Amino acid sequence: MSNVLINAPKTAKSGELIELKALIMHPMETGFRPGTNGRIIPRNIIQRFVATWNGEEIFSMAFSPAIAANPFVSFFVVARQSGTVELHWTGDEGFDVKEQVAIAVG
Amino acid sequence: MTSRAAIALLIAAFAASYALAQGSDDKRRSGYQDMGEALQKMQDDDSANPGMLFVQLGRQLWDKKAGSADKACADCHAIAVMKGVAARYPAIPQGADTPIDLEGRINLCRTEQQRGAPFPPEDQELLALEAWVAYQSRGEPIAPPDDPRLAPFRAQGEALFRLRRGQLDLSCAICHDDNAGKKLAGATIPQGHPNGYPVYRLEWQTLGSLKRRLRNCLFGIRAETPAWSAPDYVALELYLMQRARGLPIEVPAVRP
Amino acid sequence: MSGNGTSCHPERSEGPLKPQERSLAALGMTRRRTVLSGALAITVVPLSTASATPDAMAAVVKEVTGGAAVREARVKLDIPPLVENGNAVPLTVSVESPMTEADHVKAIHVFNEKNPQPHVFDARLRPLNGKAEIATRIKLNDSQRVLAIAELSTGEFVSGSADVIVTLAACVEDPS
Repeated sequence: MSNVLINAPKTAKSGELIELKALIMHPMETGFRPGTNGRIIPRNIIQRFVATWNGEEIFSMAFSPAIAANPFVSFFVVARQSGTVELHWTGDEGFDVKEQVAIAVG
Repeated sequence: MTSRAAIALLIAAFAASYALAQGSDDKRRSGYQDMGEALQKMQDDDSANPGMLFVQLGRQLWDKKAGSADKACADCHAIAVMKGVAARYPAIPQGADTPIDLEGRINLCRTEQQRGAPFPPEDQELLALEAWVAYQSRGEPIAPPDDPRLAPFRAQGEALFRLRRGQLDLSCAICHDDNAGKKLAGATIPQGHPNGYPVYRLEWQTLGSLKRRLRNCLFGIRAETPAWSAPDYVALELYLMQRARGLPIEVPAVRP
Repeated sequence: MSGNGTSCHPERSEGPLKPQERSLAALGMTRRRTVLSGALAITVVPLSTASATPDAMAAVVKEVTGGAAVREARVKLDIPPLVENGNAVPLTVSVESPMTEADHVKAIHVFNEKNPQPHVFDARLRPLNGKAEIATRIKLNDSQRVLAIAELSTGEFVSGSADVIVTLAACVEDPS
């Protein structure tokens, strides 16, 4: 089950600079913390975040365990054509979540 | 499973409302006012507030059928009706004679209406549902009910608030009344108001209940923590809500 | 990870123990040990865990730059100088750049000196980002310097840094 919050404008003018913000529910367990039994809790992090616009990569980020739990990322992009922005998070334990938003550019 | 459309992203900007209230004789401060600007911004911006992930999850669960009765919360309650509810809990449910908190209320619906197993303490779904309900009261002033039956429980809560206990021999009041605003190590001691719960606490890296916070404090002063089901927590919450009367509900609040 | 085991010490510690508390304290060896081990369980980093150091950071910086010179310019870190909890520290990195085909930021790398690992994140940008600015939230184990290095399309590396004081939580939580 995924839980994602994306903040993106629904519409933009061609050539307009827009900001995309995304939050995703994830523990980002570092792999350096001992649990209550004294043993290290295994690492469980998101490793990669990729954003595409109509299939073309517009931004990507490699995470380390130093990214806070429930990761937040914001970045900018110039709106060029109407279409779909897809955000894709992948990580440990087979974590694989995609989410899309439509942006109309005119 | 996102449902962005259902939750309007907005800037809550409690800073502005608290600034307006300044200058009055009321010396009460929300924990929000003791945070740095960066954390206030994190709380105010719904697209950055990590608590909103739980509000969204709660919204989804509200509509989801559960239990052997196969009923959803939404089958009985329009969510709009929940406005103000979090501002007046704990309360005594119909047919009962002792008060319950909002989590207790949700679990009562869970067992009696949905005919399912109650959520255990700090269960993510319970916190998410509570956050979704309390979110409806965001900005509403805390307004404890006038029900006279609550008075003895509230008095018991106040007594607990003033009770010195633990190896450090401290009471809630010593820190949060007498020394609020001073520093404990690098942290400002807040007045300890309950207006943001369930709260996204950075120390927890997740959403947590007032009960969890109270247990933290008890552990901090090296005192015994009553069982999760103990009536002490509801009594304390009744007193804390009375003490915070009029402060706005900030759910989902962010705290360090 | 942010607790240091400090308990809630009041500045005023009043009066002798009441009788029932004295007896509790006498009984309390086992209990105290439980409490202590509880506090330690969430604070002690095992000795075997390697930790980032300024040297380790310099080494990974070299991996990224291939030993090329890094000029301190154009990179700005927006991070609170006094952090109330190191578990989620808001960080915005911006690089002065026209973001054109001829002159843009290709990557932004962020490092730290004192977490268990020196890497924080690596972001890839391109001209269509229009503005070389990204924001996220990071974990900081301790007060330290955070360094951001931007790789420019011209092959140049520029950097910026910020010193951050991370305050420790005064009250630790029972992990059980």
